[in-house]
Amino acid sequence: MLSSFLQFLISGVTVGAIYALCGLGFSIIFNASHVINFAQGEFIMIGAMSAVWLADAGVPLPLAVILAILVTMAVGVLLEKLAVEPARKASVTTLIIITIGASIFLRGLAQEVWDKNFHKLESFSGETPINLLGAVLMPQTIWVLGTAVIVILLLAWFFNRTLEGKAMLATSFNPLAAQLMGINTKRVLLISFGLSAGLGAVGGIVITPITFTAYDNGIMLGLKGFSAAVLGGLGNGAGAVAGGLIVGIAEAMAAGYLSSAYKDAVAFIIILAVLVFMPNGLFGRKGTERV
Amino acid sequence: MASTSRWAGLGALAVFLAVLPQVLPNNYYVDVAVLAGFNAIVCVGLNLLIGYAGQISLGHAGFFGLGAYSSAILVTHYGWPPLAALLAGALLVGLLAFAIARPILKLKGHYLAMATLGIGIIISIVLNTEAQITGGPDGIAAGNFSLGGFELKGERAWYWVIAGLLLVTVWLATNLVDSPVGRALRALHGSEVGAEVVGVDTTRYKVLVFVVSAVIASIAGSLFAHYTSQLTPTKADFFKSIELVTMVVFGGMASTFGALVGAAFLTMLPQVLTVFEDYEPIILGGIMMGTMIFMPRGLVPTISAFLTRRRP
Amino acid sequence: MTLLSVEKLGKEFGGVHAVSDLSFTIKSGTIHSIIGPNGAGKTTLFNLITGIYTPSSGRIRFDGKEIAGRAPFELAQWGMSRTFQNLQIFFNMSAMENVMVGHHLHLDRRFLPSLLRLPGIARGDEKAREISAELMRFVGLEAYVKADAQSMPYGALKRLEIARALASKPKLLLLDEPAAGLNATESREIDEVIEKVAQSGVTVVLVEHDMKMVMGISDHILVLDYGRKLAEGTPDEVRNNPVVVAAYLGGGVP
Repeated sequence: MLSSFLQFLISGVTVGAIYALCGLGFSIIFNASHVINFAQGEFIMIGAMSAVWLADAGVPLPLAVILAILVTMAVGVLLEKLAVEPARKASVTTLIIITIGASIFLRGLAQEVWDKNFHKLESFSGETPINLLGAVLMPQTIWVLGTAVIVILLLAWFFNRTLEGKAMLATSFNPLAAQLMGINTKRVLLISFGLSAGLGAVGGIVITPITFTAYDNGIMLGLKGFSAAVLGGLGNGAGAVAGGLIVGIAEAMAAGYLSSAYKDAVAFIIILAVLVFMPNGLFGRKGTERV
Repeated sequence: MASTSRWAGLGALAVFLAVLPQVLPNNYYVDVAVLAGFNAIVCVGLNLLIGYAGQISLGHAGFFGLGAYSSAILVTHYGWPPLAALLAGALLVGLLAFAIARPILKLKGHYLAMATLGIGIIISIVLNTEAQITGGPDGIAAGNFSLGGFELKGERAWYWVIAGLLLVTVWLATNLVDSPVGRALRALHGSEVGAEVVGVDTTRYKVLVFVVSAVIASIAGSLFAHYTSQLTPTKADFFKSIELVTMVVFGGMASTFGALVGAAFLTMLPQVLTVFEDYEPIILGGIMMGTMIFMPRGLVPTISAFLTRRRP
Repeated sequence: MTLLSVEKLGKEFGGVHAVSDLSFTIKSGTIHSIIGPNGAGKTTLFNLITGIYTPSSGRIRFDGKEIAGRAPFELAQWGMSRTFQNLQIFFNMSAMENVMVGHHLHLDRRFLPSLLRLPGIARGDEKAREISAELMRFVGLEAYVKADAQSMPYGALKRLEIARALASKPKLLLLDEPAAGLNATESREIDEVIEKVAQSGVTVVLVEHDMKMVMGISDHILVLDYGRKLAEGTPDEVRNNPVVVAAYLGGGVP
């Protein structure tokens, strides 16, 4: 009983950590630009696919990981430069369609550059399972959780302690005032896309030894990351992390105890319930600190 | 919006729809035209919601799918006459839309996008999963549409039915837009609080237009279930929802004829792009981004603005 | 006759008292101005009266009904309308249609007749068009009868909001800084429009910074400071009230 509960919890927290990273990506871009980047899930896919590709080509894993993150960040920056910046004044709906177009475009590109097959990345430190009160903990799970925690702490440091991070926060509160204070808001926008792409890539890479990856893997991950971000209150970093964990755990529990077929519906049922009763998400009160 | 220009537009559309099948070389093209017609009907309704009232929905394929599956299931499993199944589906979708509209339409912008997206995805997951009644991913065949002994068969017969229905939908939509109801919808798009202070119950109108657009999608879905040989859940999924929104925005928001152009263009596009085979998504994605960047108002308003400017 | 009475009204935003313990009444057929320095709570008061905000405490009675917490569209049905300091024009519509929306409550707005454009709807729209054109002339917008709202200058848009509000046939019209951002000539023209509105029997409540205008046209003035009533009375009384002069006008009363 307890062991199966624990097992579900472990897998929920693991996948929840990835949703959290993805949700953070949504929030960072949203704060910088009020754009919902529907291509966020593609960052996860590109990070994972390029890491797999580089590793298969014989590049040592650590180097492959770093290169894959850099490639994805470059894609993020290009996306911002070529597609989002030229349309900055467009309506919300228009921007949603642009980023959805970008997501279809990137998926098509991935299918051309790589292929349509499933790929797996080798576990970072072996496959010897660890027994935890009757549940099985794979070493890769520790990698996922450890990486997520470190990334989140780094982000918190970045936004609260560095000038660049504070400039981004300032821009999210009042772009005009930030601009008048000498903050280069265009640069903030660019950084936000690079950062979000990097976050997606990291998440995609660490989870791939557990879940596999393929060119069309980004869609559902992206949508669930979006749910996580909305659940926590769009633009609220801590909220996105909490939202990601809630979605991940609920999903794993539903798959374990109810029906695995409806696993993917869980995130959306939660989000609907929350939106109906708390229209600004769980932590999206006005005046709460963002990111 | 003078009534003369409205009749001129409707007349032009009627003539176009009447001439079109004469110049289409074979039934393959007629089939594409019928598919474009289905999409156009849904888009005219969706445009009332997105373009005129300014409320986004990323889940309208869910309503299309719910209508389609209601028809398919009631006809094949329970032997209902197609028209009764269509009406039952429309009623079901109308009630569902009404029940969810009130809480959901309180939400703004991205939250509304998320909520409608969620509803669409849940519907699509249910259709995929409840295979015993829906046929699951393989789909279900609803058979031909028949009414009082007359059976609707073949692309050309369907063409006339869909063309007629499209014409009626456009007529009703243009009527509505240019009425106190339509002005209230456009007003709440322009400024919700501005509309409220002169007595427009904005919540009521948002619910109304949401239900209307959902019911139109449902009716089109019901007919589509009979037109297609095999109805699959892909017609109700997230991508179909996105495709519908893209049609509306591509053609031009707050332009009924824009919605028609968008639906026609984006229905034909994949047919043309099949020659590019695997490059299709790259090109489709590129076109979506390109048009939105360079013509954020959509095709028809951009072109008509260009023409008016050039006129001396 | 009292049209509006406000009793011990209070509004709090996260511990900040924007309006507190405010009571006053407004008589039918008068022009009533609310003045006070920036942040005195004037716009908050407007938003409380017109149903945009819900009061934290107190009562508002309008035309014999308790209205605190009622939605703006309900208040419009009972005869209250307003304009905004930050324009709330429907920029996606023509100027004429903006005013026609104002007439919404007095039109047949049933769904099915609208959908089928029954003759009654077409006739109603024709009538609404005439009334709107007339109102646009009334506020001095005859030049913009065929214009799109987005092509109109700022001063004209302020008048368009007045025309739109009048189209709802209000008993009480609240104008939030109608002269803000206007030059001297435009300001004088708005002045005339407001007096014409009052003469037509509509009670006007006005928030305004333009002292010349306030002193010139008001029957009654309410002075707010930090969300509380500092003074009230006729323009002369207010002008000569030492508390007002000291706290707000700084001696420079015209």
